[in-house]
Amino acid sequence: MDQIPAIARVFAYLSLLTIGGGMAAFPEMKVLVTETHRWLTYPQLIHIYSVGQMSPGPNMMMVATIGERVAGIPGALVAAFAFFVPTGILTLAVGGLWKRLENWPWRASIQKGLGPVAIGLAVAGLITFGKTAVTGWVTVAVALLVFAATMRTRLNPAILILGGAVVGAFALR
Amino acid sequence: MSKTAATSPPSTHSQPVSIPAIFGVFLQIGATSFGGGVVAYLRSALVTKKKWLTDTEFLELMSLSNTLPGLNATNMAILAGQRLRGTPGAVAAMIGMCLPALILMTAAGFAYGAEGSRPLVTAMLRGVAAAATGLIAATWYQIGKKTVKGFYEAFFILAAILGINYFKLSVPVVLLSVGALSIFAFRPRKPGDHRKEEHAWIRSLQ
Repeated sequence: MDQIPAIARVFAYLSLLTIGGGMAAFPEMKVLVTETHRWLTYPQLIHIYSVGQMSPGPNMMMVATIGERVAGIPGALVAAFAFFVPTGILTLAVGGLWKRLENWPWRASIQKGLGPVAIGLAVAGLITFGKTAVTGWVTVAVALLVFAATMRTRLNPAILILGGAVVGAFALR
Repeated sequence: MSKTAATSPPSTHSQPVSIPAIFGVFLQIGATSFGGGVVAYLRSALVTKKKWLTDTEFLELMSLSNTLPGLNATNMAILAGQRLRGTPGAVAAMIGMCLPALILMTAAGFAYGAEGSRPLVTAMLRGVAAAATGLIAATWYQIGKKTVKGFYEAFFILAAILGINYFKLSVPVVLLSVGALSIFAFRPRKPGDHRKEEHAWIRSLQ
């Protein structure tokens, strides 16, 4: 329970870094959740983050899973509130303004400029993630197969991830 | 808050959409969009089925959603809800989008606490993590292919990656420094040209 204020601070801060998606904040999440606060081990964070990819709705609702692990249901609610409400208010405010800025020349510059940075941050997060998630030939094979299947088929990603669980159950014990 | 609501009136509709209807549609998307790809679900519901937004409106909101912090799922819920019914619409859409995942992922915390250290579960989760890596890599590869049109795009993608993974800088430092340089590199040049460019950029997101 005494962790509640820390949960609120950490997830409100992380939410501001999610330009282009949750992966951008992953390197910072790793440091705060597994080193600064030691709420989870790094493999635990990788597990929970991965399970979150299967969830319907926002795939970063895994912050509620972390909150639950740290401080039960109040922890889950505070983590979700801190992660989604401040950026939500920002989006609401800018959403009202943005249409009026239609003829502001920098508007296009901001959009075009942040696009590549968002991609770079996501790939950087993925590299941090993959270094621990993909070790040994089984996990390399699973990652490559899912990559190929996502590129070439229209299979639901949740099915591909469940396939990873099945392979893991047989080949990674 | 009422000020933001007033600046974005429901633009294309004679009949305002009701708050419970907004909540219902977003709750359905929030409960069924397993495996990510929420944007495709949103487009199918809002543009194709309900016709609450035109395709152009949807893409405009997408481009803003990508520029702001926050996830596409929740940013799009807020922006679309706001476009339909102002702030109350945004709140209804956001709660609908988040509620199913909040319940599921809180339950996942209990399950992980009870079973997460069993060897079979750990093995399955390692498989899940490897699959998630492949999935996220494919998603960003596809976005990257659409975004990179010249030297600057590739350069700033690489700069952000090196900043985090090689120079071990923190995310906010990279975001502010590389972000500012990148925005400057794409600064407005020919006056009057930006509208056309922006529309081309929005179209490229499709």
